[in-house]
Amino acid sequence: MKYLDEYRDAEGARKFASLLARITTRPWTIMEVCGGQTHAIVRFGIDELLPSGITLVHGPGCPVCVTPIEMVDRAIAIARRPEVIFCSFGDMMRVPGTCSDLLRVKAEGGDVRMIYAPIDALEIAARNPDKQIVFFAVGFETTAPANALAVYQARRRGLRNFSMLVSQVLVPPAMQAILEAPRCRVQGFLAAGHVCAVMGIDAYGPLAARFGVPIVVTGFEPLDILHGITMCVQQLEEGRVEVENQYVRAVRPEGNRRARDLLAEVFCVVPREWRGIGEIPLSGLSLRPEYSDFDAERRFPAEVDSRRSIEPSLCISGEILQGLKKPSECPAFGRQCTPESPLGATMVSSEGACAAYYRYRHVRTEATTDGA
Amino acid sequence: MCLAIPGKILDVRDGDEWQRTGRVDFGGVVKEVSLALVPDAGVGVYVLVHVGMALSTIGEAEAQEVFAYLRQLEPEDVP
Ligand code: SF4
Repeated sequence: MKYLDEYRDAEGARKFASLLARITTRPWTIMEVCGGQTHAIVRFGIDELLPSGITLVHGPGCPVCVTPIEMVDRAIAIARRPEVIFCSFGDMMRVPGTCSDLLRVKAEGGDVRMIYAPIDALEIAARNPDKQIVFFAVGFETTAPANALAVYQARRRGLRNFSMLVSQVLVPPAMQAILEAPRCRVQGFLAAGHVCAVMGIDAYGPLAARFGVPIVVTGFEPLDILHGITMCVQQLEEGRVEVENQYVRAVRPEGNRRARDLLAEVFCVVPREWRGIGEIPLSGLSLRPEYSDFDAERRFPAEVDSRRSIEPSLCISGEILQGLKKPSECPAFGRQCTPESPLGATMVSSEGACAAYYRYRHVRTEATTDGA
Repeated sequence: MCLAIPGKILDVRDGDEWQRTGRVDFGGVVKEVSLALVPDAGVGVYVLVHVGMALSTIGEAEAQEVFAYLRQLEPEDVP
C-alpha cells in the first residue's frame, strides 16, 4: 500500500540503527507519546534495534486507556437505559468499569452498537426517532474533528434524539504534567504525528523551551519512528532544544485550519481527569454552552457515584502511562491480567502498552522477567 | 485508536462544505470518507483518514524526505 509499506523497509531500518549506534555517546531516555507508536515499536522490535543506552518509555497517548473509570461507569449506566441506543468505537467496548463493561451490557440485552465513524450515529438517530442515541465521544485531538462534526451536523439537522458523552483529552497538557512530575526521567519526546496533523506544532515550542527537552513530531511507521529517534538523539548529543518535524508528509506547521475552526466552534477547553494519572488542568474538551442540549451528561444526569468508581488495586497502569514503569514490572501482567480478562485499560486497547507487550513479548517477558 | 491510514481518493461528492465526501481506496478496501476538512483534495490525491474523516493530504515531495535522508548517510552507516 502506498505511503505505508515503503516505510517498513528493513534495509532502511538497519541504516538508522547503525547511524544511532555511531552518534550515541551517552544514555538517553525518550518518550513516545502516542499509543500507536508504542504498538509499532513493540510489534516491529524497534527498541531492540537501538543502542543499549537509549531507552524508550511509553507515554499516555492511548485515549481508551486514559478515559476515567467514572466515565466508563457513566457510559454503562446510560447504555443500560431501555430508551437508549448507545454507540461507541469498538475499542471502548471491553474497557472495564467498576463492575461491568459495555460488551456485557450488550449481552444482557442493552442496545449497544459499535460504529466506525461518529457520523454513523446520526444515521442511526434519524432512523430511530423514538429512541435516544448516545455516542461515546472519546479521543485525542486526532479524533476530535470527527466527533465535533457529528454534533455540529446533529444541531444543523435538528436531531433532538442525539447526544454525546464527551471524554476528549488533549496531548500537550499531559506532556507538561509528565515533565512536571518529580520522578520524571524523560529527556526528549517523540510527539504524536496525527495529533499534530490536526493541531499543528505551535503548542510544543513553549514546552521544549521551558523544560529543556527536544520534541520531534513523528509518524507511525518503523522508518518514521527510527528517523524521529535519530533527530531527537542528534539534538540531545549536540545540546540543542528544538521542535522538529519528522512527519512532514502529513503535518503542516499550522495543522488543519478547518479542523481547528470546527473544534473551536463546538468545544471549549476544560480540566479533565486521566485514568491512572489524575486531574490535569486544561487537558480536555467539553461541549460549548451552545451545544449543551447535546450533552449526554446533562440529558442523563447523576447516574454514577464517582466515589464508588474504584480501580483494581493491583494495577499499576498509572505509572506505566507516565513512563515510570514498564508492563513487565506489573506483578499481575500475564497472570491475573490478560487481554481476555483485563484488570486495567492499558491491557484492553491494542494501543495500550500492556496489551502490546502481551501480544508481542509475552513469552520472552515470562522467560527473562525484565522484559524490554 | 488514533490510527490514521493513507488512502487514495477515487471520487468526490460535493455537498455543502461540511458534507463533502468521497470514496477512498486503502490498498483495495474502499470506504466512504468525509472530505470536509480537505476541501482542495481531488481525485487521485492521498489523504490520511481517521474514523471516517480525512485529516490532511499527504505531500508527495515531503513523503520522500526519509529516503533522501537515508541516501545521504555516510558510508560507515550503511551496514
Ligand atoms: S498488566 Fe494489567 S494490571 Fe498490570 S498495569 Fe497492565 S493493565 Fe494494569
